[in-house]
Amino acid sequence: MMTPEQNFMRKIEAEEKIEPKDWMPEAYRQNLIRQISQHAHSEVIGMQPEGNWITRAPSLRRKAVLLSKVQDEGGHGLYLYSATETLGVKRADLIAAMQSGEAKYASIFNYPTQTWADIGAIGWLVDGAAIVNQISLQRTSYGPYSRAMIRICKEESFHQRQGYELMIALAHGSPAQKAMAQDALNRFYWPALMMFGPHDAESAHSAKSMTWKIKRETNDDLRQKFIDQTVPQIEFLGLVHPDQDLKWNAERGHYDSGEIDWKEFYNVINGNGHCNRQRVEHHIRAHEEGAWVRDAMTAYNAKQRAKTTEQRQAA
Amino acid sequence: MATDNLELYEVFVRARRGLDHKHVGSLHAQDAEQALEYARDVYTRRSEGVSIWVVRSRDICASQEDDSESFYDPSDDKPYRHATYYQLPEAVNNM
Ligand SMILES: [Fe+2]
Ligand SMILES: [Fe+2]
Repeated sequence: MMTPEQNFMRKIEAEEKIEPKDWMPEAYRQNLIRQISQHAHSEVIGMQPEGNWITRAPSLRRKAVLLSKVQDEGGHGLYLYSATETLGVKRADLIAAMQSGEAKYASIFNYPTQTWADIGAIGWLVDGAAIVNQISLQRTSYGPYSRAMIRICKEESFHQRQGYELMIALAHGSPAQKAMAQDALNRFYWPALMMFGPHDAESAHSAKSMTWKIKRETNDDLRQKFIDQTVPQIEFLGLVHPDQDLKWNAERGHYDSGEIDWKEFYNVINGNGHCNRQRVEHHIRAHEEGAWVRDAMTAYNAKQRAKTTEQRQAA
Repeated sequence: MATDNLELYEVFVRARRGLDHKHVGSLHAQDAEQALEYARDVYTRRSEGVSIWVVRSRDICASQEDDSESFYDPSDDKPYRHATYYQLPEAVNNM
């Protein structure tokens, strides 16, 4: 007879998905709650830096595109909160944990969007890095998370393409536009690399996540993929690569790259980025300002229900 | 036999772990528990699934096919929501 734990590991090893009603180790459940909710918070907070430019997009076309993209990110947040809720937690609690700072979101969104070129750089590099990670997560062992990833990946590719298209327009435009594109690349390249998390040796959650197949590839492997795929994209734009130590390594078949500034990474994670406070404050404000809508819906619902009971009693 | 107090249930089956539950049909039953047993007997006789959901048909809220024009119309004029809308040069078209 197999113990529940053995049966769980048998499924994991056989590449079978774990579904909500299956037995699972408590640590697996907690690990998933942490990772998926953090992912959900990132989608939602990620709307802010881009939302900053919707009213100032340079054309109606660009504005419609950006609006659509930001709308998608809100939807991604919803898919992921719903997936987290299958693990027996309440969405309100998850949101409270994010607002109190107890739960994290991707550090990249604590950087400001200073120019219109940042919108291009974000779509291209930030969504690009997210896609590398999310493609890998389509094979995660938890069914609802995997299905959310498959749905999200389908929607993501337009995000990266619109960003890169915007970068082409700027990089092939006037000298001032090209300089703006270069500046955005310089500021977003390194934070995009940080999105994959610390080196494998330093990653607190990695080993267990790999055994349980919550994560399928390590931080460093995913980062390498992103570094490699981005080189020809920078070349095509005719921009200077921000990493001066970047060198093709024929033996490895990959690019070697310069070291990431990990001090900056931990500094931003620990709350000292440019926009950490602003992002959370804005989220709290939007949430509180929306309270009357939720209250009105509850009141309307109660009224409707009272009406039907009355009608039923009258009949 | 009293059949008029039987409820209509919709049946959803998950064929394999990792897949979504898919609607396969409906049946009449006295309650949810019975509906599950019936569903097993009539919809998974050949091990078609690893998990069954049953939902009372009257609990399902459905959009109307006749309204679909106005319901979905807002997305029809937004081709830029699709990746193919963005024409990129061959050298970088693999994103
Ligand atoms: Fe997203
Ligand atoms: Fe995205």
